[in-house]
Amino acid sequence: MLEIRNLHARIADGREILNGVELVVGAGEVHAIMGPNGSGKSTLAGVLSGRPGYEVTEGSVLYQGQDLLALSPDARARAGVFLAFQYPVEIPGVNNMYFLRAALNSLRRARGANELDAGQFLKAVRAKLKLLEIGDDLLQRAVNAGFSGGEKKRNEIFQMAMLEPKLAILDETDSGLDIDALKLVAGGINKLRAPDRAMVLITHYQRLLDYVVPDRVHVLSGGRIVKSGDKTLAAELERHGYAAYEAA
Amino acid sequence: MSSPATVKNAETLREVAGEGYKYGFVTDIESESAPPGLNEDIIAFISAKKHEPAWLLDWRISAFKHWQRMEEPHWAKLRVAPIDYQAATYYSAPKRQNAPKSLDEVDPELLRTYEKLGIPLNERAALAGVAVDAVFDSVSVATTFKAKLGELGIIFCSFGEAVREHGELVRRYLGSVVPQGDNFFAALNSAVFSDGSFVYVPPGVRCPMELSTYFRINAAKTGQFERTLIIADKGSYVSYLEGCTAPQRDENQLHAAVVELVALEGAEIKYSTVQNWYPGDAEGRGGIYNFVTKRGACRGAHSKISWTQVETGSAITWKYPSCILEGDNSVGEFYSVAITNNLQQADTGTKMIHLGRNTRSTIVSKGISAGRGQNTYRGLVRIQPKAENARNYTQCDSLLIGHKCGAHTVPYIEVRNPSARVEHEATTSKISEDQMFYCQQRGLSQEDALSLIVNGFCKEVLKELPMEFAVEAQKLLAVSLEGSVG
Ligand SMILES: Nc1ncnc2c1ncn2[C@@H]1O[C@H](COP(=O)(O)OP(=O)(O)OP(=O)(O)O)[C@@H](O)[C@H]1O
Ligand SMILES: [Mg+2]
Repeated sequence: MLEIRNLHARIADGREILNGVELVVGAGEVHAIMGPNGSGKSTLAGVLSGRPGYEVTEGSVLYQGQDLLALSPDARARAGVFLAFQYPVEIPGVNNMYFLRAALNSLRRARGANELDAGQFLKAVRAKLKLLEIGDDLLQRAVNAGFSGGEKKRNEIFQMAMLEPKLAILDETDSGLDIDALKLVAGGINKLRAPDRAMVLITHYQRLLDYVVPDRVHVLSGGRIVKSGDKTLAAELERHGYAAYEAA
Repeated sequence: MSSPATVKNAETLREVAGEGYKYGFVTDIESESAPPGLNEDIIAFISAKKHEPAWLLDWRISAFKHWQRMEEPHWAKLRVAPIDYQAATYYSAPKRQNAPKSLDEVDPELLRTYEKLGIPLNERAALAGVAVDAVFDSVSVATTFKAKLGELGIIFCSFGEAVREHGELVRRYLGSVVPQGDNFFAALNSAVFSDGSFVYVPPGVRCPMELSTYFRINAAKTGQFERTLIIADKGSYVSYLEGCTAPQRDENQLHAAVVELVALEGAEIKYSTVQNWYPGDAEGRGGIYNFVTKRGACRGAHSKISWTQVETGSAITWKYPSCILEGDNSVGEFYSVAITNNLQQADTGTKMIHLGRNTRSTIVSKGISAGRGQNTYRGLVRIQPKAENARNYTQCDSLLIGHKCGAHTVPYIEVRNPSARVEHEATTSKISEDQMFYCQQRGLSQEDALSLIVNGFCKEVLKELPMEFAVEAQKLLAVSLEGSVG
């Protein structure tokens, strides 16, 4: 599904943030990426989704066999790449439902599926809300505008459920959630696990991984994956911290 | 803004993307023009061409005398290339076009022009429920649905015809809201106005369809000076729409219109404008100078005048649709979206003059600047001593796209009665790279993302437009902002 080889990327001031990332994620798998603050986790997510501000200097990313880096951000989204933002963006004045329907129909058009009218869309929304066991209180508001931190994260998972991506990258979706919200979000993620869907969870906490059990756990430090293992690696990191992997 | 419109809008956007100004064609039609220049002979020529009565010629000449003593205003935040008023042509009319009695007599070439503009003049093909008067250069070429309106006693015709057929009404109200010497451009218009629309709605009648005028400048080096007069008699209601386009030309063309509205007791006038005059090219060559005076008088108690404008075109826009709230409990509203892209400049806003008791006004202005565009909101709220309990609410929002454009807000508030309540809110925001990326990450193209954000920003104003025009306006917003990101 996703094959990252020797990926190097730098930011505008010339600093190299990714420094030879190697990562292979197969269909149906859930991988967790952990690592200290500033190690480049969000940068990796940004490079994969095409966020402006990064320059790839070396390496390659294959997604479903095609060169992901050659696509525009919206083309990547239409090809099934979804990023749950560490800091979801507020768009005042644009209704959440309206936004989501425009997005969904844009993806559907790309897939050659028919667009959903207001009624069909509402039905789909209701079904997903029920699946995720979340309320509809956020739907009538403007996109993320005035949402609490936890509400924003919940909205990201709801969008993911509606857009049904093939590759979902969740950047600290568990940060800032109270324990109930965490369970809810974790439950949502588990329900979306599917044989044809890969997920990359960026997280700082073992907590999330108690609920969403990953197939692999990686440590990103100094801009590269310095250690990979199974779910027990997360527990080990929780006990010992990153000191052993620092500045690798 | 209802959801089905969005999807449709997104499709249309794709169609129009990259097309630029699509109304820029020129109609090849023989026209009859006055020689360039402005003097009493030219005015007499225009008046004679239109078979006007002597009182109107006198009125024009007196306006001309005012104008000669006046100076071109320069207080607006605009850079205007000097205008040579003697080089312009003040009258141009398609030949063979001598007051057509019916659509069959209208030059087929003209009908095709309006079809290209998406304005079918054929009544059967016309938008259901919209009566259209089309003004081509200086003359009105057709007014549809006249008979149907006539049954209700509603008069909707070209200004020229109104002068001939309803002279007394015209004489009573012409210049009663915008006096001849009101300002430089209004005086110029009063001297040389060519045609325009006239509406009279009799007492107690609710006009059952949208009345609409489509203005089109075709001839080169011609100014367009139309005059619109709308009178809503006691307890009546009318909704009126105005749309405008012009061919793409390298030189600037002057458009100086005057619109006067009169609402008598309990009457309501809703006036909507979608202004899409040619804005000039990306380097600022050409484009229409849009210097317009629009004013409504709420003469009677409980009357209401509501202006809604979507201003996307013109190289320069200078207009302040205003309300004079004379009647007690009368209401004035102004809803505006003004876009400036490339080198466009807009200085627009409103004046709300509160004279009567319990008068209320609402101002919602949305300015969008992109490219190197400059956008100024200029508004006056004046509460006169007798206006007990007057209220005004003003909201002025500016949206910036990119970092070479500018937004300015210039509110003037004059309160001469202590019982007044005047509120003013203003915000300035910028479309951020993060917002664009967030939308794109969800699958929206750059154009769709921009259109979504901009339409969200304007929706309080767009929802005031009649449905068909709201969709049109959304498209226009998108097209006007083409090339402003990325
Ligand atoms: N657009 C940017 N402009 C400037 N610096 C950036 C940008 N993006 C990332 N950086 C810098 O790159 C480094 C890695 O940042 P990144 O956000 O990828 O870290 P992270 O691993 O996600 O950290 P955290 O755990 O705190 O979220 C940091 O030093 C950060 O300041
Ligand atoms: Mg991060």
